[in-house]
Amino acid sequence: MNSRSWSESGSRGLSVGNAASPSEQLFTPFAIVAALVFAAAPVVIAEAPYESTMLLIQKIFYFHVPSWIALTAALSVCGAASALYLFRGSVLADHFAVAGAELAALFGACGLVSGSLWARKAWGVWWEWDAKLTMTLMLELVLVGYLLVRKYGGPGAERLAAGMGIFGTVTAPFIYKSVDWWRTIHPKTSVIPTLEPSMYGPLLFCAVAFALLFALLLALRVDLEIARARLDRLFLENEG
Amino acid sequence: MVRRAFGIGVVLLLAALPVLAGQSVGQAPPGQEGYVPISQLPPSQQLPAAPFLIAAYAFIWVALVAYLWSIWRRMGTLKHDMEILERRSLPRK
Repeated sequence: MNSRSWSESGSRGLSVGNAASPSEQLFTPFAIVAALVFAAAPVVIAEAPYESTMLLIQKIFYFHVPSWIALTAALSVCGAASALYLFRGSVLADHFAVAGAELAALFGACGLVSGSLWARKAWGVWWEWDAKLTMTLMLELVLVGYLLVRKYGGPGAERLAAGMGIFGTVTAPFIYKSVDWWRTIHPKTSVIPTLEPSMYGPLLFCAVAFALLFALLLALRVDLEIARARLDRLFLENEG
Repeated sequence: MVRRAFGIGVVLLLAALPVLAGQSVGQAPPGQEGYVPISQLPPSQQLPAAPFLIAAYAFIWVALVAYLWSIWRRMGTLKHDMEILERRSLPRK
């Protein structure tokens, strides 16, 4: 790639060639749709009915749960891509793994902070060291560890990070089921299926908004990683 | 015989009524003597929901926008590095 292709590659600035690929052509309409859906989410939430015991504070639910859905998607990408990189040596998979880990850490932080604010009002505490919350915090720390290894680990850090990515992904089902297996202050998984249809609609809308946003950020982050790898390769060729 | 037993039962029930009524009255919470605005409650009991809800949404919005900005900044840095690399490689060609 030459500097001309960089300057001509449009707003993304990371075109891999002179002609825009189908995914690049779809990027702008996709970004507009994702932004509109995400911007409309608070309006949809405002229309949702109040829950009888928690009233207004329960509406954190409509961003809290989609944050965890997005984290699960990001973690799945990270785990699957890490395994592909570790056992098949796919470099593209490695790019997906680091993008997935970064997004999982981001959505995990959103879930933890929104959950803590909800807990302060609903339970009277900011934090409780029960199984669910503690395991979730550990997962977040594993993801932060993954990113630190990638940044400061030096040569071979990709393989070590891939192991951490798989480890982090494997913990996700245990975290999800922990509320059913152990006594915890957190509501059980059976809460979601009992939602009223009038509450289910806004939840679905927000889940779609987060899913679109996740896909958009993943595409951007993978593109960035591909460009970074290309720059490294060009630098080595130039030096050689 | 049956009528006598029925009569005794009714008498016992009537005798027990004041006791049961007393218990139920004893369990009832005291009547509210007036409405207290939330602003007059001690600070420890004032915990409106709106600030928590707004803080949660604001955090998520800020986090996502900050992440988007960090990607944009990293893209800019990459582009800048690429241009430097191009300039360095031009004299060789």
